[in-house]
Amino acid sequence: MSDAQPKIRLRNLHKSFGDKVVLNGVDLDVGVGESVVVIGGSGTGKSVMIKCILALLPVGEGSIQVDGEEVVGIGTKDRERINRKFGMLFQGAALFDSLPVWENVAFGLLAEKRVSRAEARDVAIGKLAQVGLTPEVGDLSPAELSGGMQKRVALARAIAADPEIIFFDEPTTGLDPIMADVINDLIVKITREMGATALSITHDLASARKIAHRIAMLYEGKIIWVGPTADIDDSGNPYVDQFINGRAVGPIKMAIRA
Amino acid sequence: MSNLNAMNVLQPIGRIFLAFLATVGRLTMFTGSALSHCVRPPFYPRIIGRQMVEIGFFSLPVVGLTAIFAGMVLALQSYTGFARFSAEGAIANVVVLSITRELGPVLAGLMVAGRVGAAMAAEIGTMRVTEQIDALNTLSTNPMKYLVAPRLIAGLTMMPILVFIADIIGVFGGYVVGVYKLGFNAANYLQRTYDFLEAEDVISGLVKASIFGFIITLMGCYHGYHSKGGAQGVGTATTYAVVSASILILSSDYILTELFFAK
Repeated sequence: MSDAQPKIRLRNLHKSFGDKVVLNGVDLDVGVGESVVVIGGSGTGKSVMIKCILALLPVGEGSIQVDGEEVVGIGTKDRERINRKFGMLFQGAALFDSLPVWENVAFGLLAEKRVSRAEARDVAIGKLAQVGLTPEVGDLSPAELSGGMQKRVALARAIAADPEIIFFDEPTTGLDPIMADVINDLIVKITREMGATALSITHDLASARKIAHRIAMLYEGKIIWVGPTADIDDSGNPYVDQFINGRAVGPIKMAIRA
Repeated sequence: MSNLNAMNVLQPIGRIFLAFLATVGRLTMFTGSALSHCVRPPFYPRIIGRQMVEIGFFSLPVVGLTAIFAGMVLALQSYTGFARFSAEGAIANVVVLSITRELGPVLAGLMVAGRVGAAMAAEIGTMRVTEQIDALNTLSTNPMKYLVAPRLIAGLTMMPILVFIADIIGVFGGYVVGVYKLGFNAANYLQRTYDFLEAEDVISGLVKASIFGFIITLMGCYHGYHSKGGAQGVGTATTYAVVSASILILSSDYILTELFFAK
């Protein structure tokens, strides 16, 4: 890493649920404008890590810095200011089903009262166009959309407020390979257009190779390998090798019981 | 060995007791936080309005039906009872006092708990398990303000109105049975209804209603908000919301009655 200040810096991050240790000292830097993908098996705490950064879950111990500012333990007002830098694409899209699509997309803008409803609607239509959806979709309800379209709407919502940092939680899970690739292309295109920093978590390696500048592997609560995407195939790390080749046999033992 | 046995017995008791204390603590903090968000901006008038319609307007048929049958059966039952010592004339008073002071608020509360409290727990619980509540947090919106506070405000304000209407319908139910089945003189029945009714009777019922509205929406929101584990968790949350609201309504009803009419 250069000595430039990273956008996000995690140091010695710990998180447990009861006796179960999920994160056990995670260190990770995400540079400005960089796209980092964290890979790892199911239940290794990838989502937990992102939720800790967003303060959706309280941090056990450790440090999280955003733009050099420590964000663990800050007050509600500061947290609202920090969270304004973030956009998040949730795994299950997490669209509000009581609202039409355009209000979903413009939700953050309306909540901050930065724009009138009419302006918010225009912004929403623009963001929907950016993810390849027509204005008519804006008036549908989320339940009327297919899974792939819901993901696109969720993506439009994540970028609606022009965040500096975007989190992608399993962006391609549950999609067919073609739609998954469409979403990957959109992620690459949009983060590049916006110059946004991206932190994604996935176990879909095709997706990781496509959207990442660097890949980090999370195993047993620690980052065990991090390096440029091109190096993933000869990482020299037996855990990474086993994971990317999808072998059942190797140093990673699948826990049968959580 | 006997020590070990004693431990085996005490352990679960201690665990249940601690779990109980933890729940009470969590509920108290949730209530405090929810109340403070009710009075601090930003407010969401559109959502408050929608919840008011949901609680106040769409509960009318259910509550109205409950009230009219309660009034009717009350008139009928007290007639058979009172006839035994020739006190049939008191039926109008019995009906109006029972309805306004007790049956109106309690029956409406129980019906609304089943209708609205369950729906709230299911809706908020689903939002929790599908990460919609997390999404709210990331979109500069406090879920306590956006989801919980509007429902509490709507519950507090709409239940008294609902119960006032239920009172009128219930008294009318008693009137119908009294006049058309038991053969009372219509003017006489109304006169007796009116004569013995004091403002305190109605107002105490409406205060109860407001508190019940708070309990129903609080339980719906609390159990929904803390639900976990997918569809089953939402189902459990819904059950808890209705059961706990019903029990709290009945127990707080006794305490409130004691407070209002203590000599």
